[in-house]
Amino acid sequence: MEMPAPNQGVLSKRSRIIARLEEVLPKDAVISDVMETRAYECDALTAYKCPPLCAVLPSSTEEVSAILKICHAEGVPVVPRGSGTSLAGGALPTADSVILGVARLNEVLETDYDNRFIRVQTGRTNLSVTGAVEADGFFYAPDPSSQLACAIAGNIAMNSGGAHCLKYGVTTNNLLGVTMVQMDGTVVEIGGAHMDAGGYDWLGLICGSEGQLGVVTEATLRILPKPEGARPVLIGYDSNEVAGECVSDIIKAGVLPVAIEFMDRPCIRATEAFAKAGYPDCEALLIVEVEGSPAEIDEQLGLIRQIAQKHNPVEFREAEDADQAARIWLGRKSAFGAMGQINDYMCLDGTIPVSSLPHVLKRIGEMSKEFGLDVANVFHAGDGNMHPLILFDANKPGDLETCEAFGAEILKLCVEVGGCLTGEHGVGIEKRDLMHVQFAAVDLEAQMRVKDVFDPAWLLNPAKVFPLDASEARRARAEAA
Amino acid sequence: MLTPESEEELAEAIAGARGPLRVVGGGTRPIGKPVQGEVLSVAGLSGITLYEPGALTIVAKAGTPLAEVEAALAAEGQMLPFEPMDHRKLLGTTGEPTIGGVVAANVSGPRRVQAGACRDSLIGVRFVDGGGHVVKNGGRVMKNVTGYDLVKLMSGAMGTLGVLSEVSFKVLPRPAAAAALLIEGLSPDRAVAAMAAALRSPFEVSGAAHVPEGMAGDPVTMIRIEGFESSVAYRAARLQEVLEPFGQSTVERRASEGGEGVTDGWRWVRDVEGFAGKPGDVWRLSVKPGDAPEIASRAGAEGVLFDWGGGLVWLLVAEGTDLRARLGDFRGHATLVRASEETRARLDVFQPEPAPLKALAEGLRAQFDPRGILNPGLMG
Repeated sequence: MEMPAPNQGVLSKRSRIIARLEEVLPKDAVISDVMETRAYECDALTAYKCPPLCAVLPSSTEEVSAILKICHAEGVPVVPRGSGTSLAGGALPTADSVILGVARLNEVLETDYDNRFIRVQTGRTNLSVTGAVEADGFFYAPDPSSQLACAIAGNIAMNSGGAHCLKYGVTTNNLLGVTMVQMDGTVVEIGGAHMDAGGYDWLGLICGSEGQLGVVTEATLRILPKPEGARPVLIGYDSNEVAGECVSDIIKAGVLPVAIEFMDRPCIRATEAFAKAGYPDCEALLIVEVEGSPAEIDEQLGLIRQIAQKHNPVEFREAEDADQAARIWLGRKSAFGAMGQINDYMCLDGTIPVSSLPHVLKRIGEMSKEFGLDVANVFHAGDGNMHPLILFDANKPGDLETCEAFGAEILKLCVEVGGCLTGEHGVGIEKRDLMHVQFAAVDLEAQMRVKDVFDPAWLLNPAKVFPLDASEARRARAEAA
Repeated sequence: MLTPESEEELAEAIAGARGPLRVVGGGTRPIGKPVQGEVLSVAGLSGITLYEPGALTIVAKAGTPLAEVEAALAAEGQMLPFEPMDHRKLLGTTGEPTIGGVVAANVSGPRRVQAGACRDSLIGVRFVDGGGHVVKNGGRVMKNVTGYDLVKLMSGAMGTLGVLSEVSFKVLPRPAAAAALLIEGLSPDRAVAAMAAALRSPFEVSGAAHVPEGMAGDPVTMIRIEGFESSVAYRAARLQEVLEPFGQSTVERRASEGGEGVTDGWRWVRDVEGFAGKPGDVWRLSVKPGDAPEIASRAGAEGVLFDWGGGLVWLLVAEGTDLRARLGDFRGHATLVRASEETRARLDVFQPEPAPLKALAEGLRAQFDPRGILNPGLMG
């Protein structure tokens, strides 16, 4: 992974930058000790590490503004960081950058059930947003699997999804307003408790911009009343193709499950050995969950059973009670942990049209043999968001590189069949250089023009999203200015 | 008038333009500041390019008639989730609304409270920028965070940043049945409270509107639920309990097997038919639902309609009224949807934005349309 050479001018005035930051922040909010900055040298994409110039932990929007004003004046790159759970290297520092962590911005500012929103500081974790409203019967819908740890700031930056997007959408569909600090320190308020934007859709543009357009310090989020109940079923098939047809038929029948999860045989076997959820040993497993009152659930599951039976499942298991429901989810929820037990793994998240599922799974199986690395598939089938997990050994020289090459081929395949490189993890540095596969130069140019407007000096979250060759001229121009 | 029939021709027309262009789809939604310029019609780019019911995805060229898209979806028991409004009656226009026009104006209807706005269902666009470059963003899959989201930016940009050539949507199954709970005689305050009670229940309300003067003249509050037959019956009964404190409610049931998904009442709300043909200007406010009654009371309006549980307020006021001056400060925004050219030239059609956002908007226009030829001035 190539990163741009650090700006020597910035490195040479390190102590002055730190001194200026210490003037506007409490003593403990500036982390400049070289050993301590190592805590910020990577995110959840641990293959790449680089300690930052320093890290700052502001406690208010005003402090964020003061930090950005200084960095803007000094020409210092800034890497915003939520909880550091990005799988794409979205918060990877450069040696000449200041890490701006929002962890101390974690208050709930307002909850309003009649108008169905919550306003929070963005360092708050995803799960604790739901935690703040669930006693009153509400929840925050986007549920990335890192939800215990990941921050709303990162969710907004990456437009995070989760298992329940088919019904509730992703972050951008649940974001009503933000307080954002621009790179020059200007604070802007966008949206609020009302439903639609007035002028251009700033929220839509900011959400998913990977922290490159501004630092979001507060967010107004849509909250929803909790459904009366939910119940999963487990359906096993002896062919990926048939499982894919079943998914398509369920959707065509007019049922809209909240989740349709898919696991293939390697994944089933690994999780079974790890979590012992009692899954059948078959080629493909579906977990379908529906919501509503007990009678509504019965009706939907009745329809799903009819459809599933037409395709001759090897297993159709309904949950009779909460305990059985938990067992159905147990294996799925332990899948990543189970893989981690076997080996190091790389998790991809390309999306494909649901109709291409059998073809793509077959090709991934073939490529697995070509590259000599095992791969297990677990993913959100309803929306086509795949999660191939490629197993490799980080201690074996060359294995990581082979794994990355294999991953790149899978993502190219996703684009080839009409899908995309990333469905919910973001581009970060991980898929940055693959952007040419999905986008023509003119498409990337259009996106970079947005960056030019928001951050003309290209200081926010450097070297992410855009291939370095595509952004080279802009970065050089900005550095010279 | 320029009438390209393909994306290439559209790109050539824009690249070769010598002056400002006024971009139109079906020409049924003349919203915005009046634009002087040669008409560029996108209606010639027509046709559904891909429809996969099993993947809940449809892709169509921007000039495709909305009716054609809706008919294709209905044939497979599906629909556009956001229930786009038809502006023709309200604005007194004729012609055929296009899917690109729906996107350009981010047009949504009553189901927006449950299923989101047009921009929430939009998953991909192709457009031609002011320099004549064909740009794509998003695609045909519903989960996609690859690069910046220009899809949402293009929705609601009214053709000022680029001219749409193709749009892709996530669609939904068409509900098998629907019911409306009606409560009569509520004040706007009580009506908004009743709608909040319904919307905060787990019974999946897909429409919540209050008409101070309904079709029969008296105030009516309408709550809609949709889904499978027995589920609709169950939820209607439960919602009646929820709404008991607000008075007696009656339930109108409808099995919409194969039929049109919108009953007359909801279409009337969706299209703001109550203001059609009546003199006066029409404003559209997006506000926090709970603020709606108080804000509406300041408007001195001749007609009021609350949709989206109060979050969307339609106001009919005397011609030429500067409504924003009358309302003073409020949280949200106001759009002047129907007024004479003179009034639209004199008043801001879209809510003026604070200086930093105004600067960003101008910056985007300068980047995407450096010659300033795409609907110049339409949004300010």
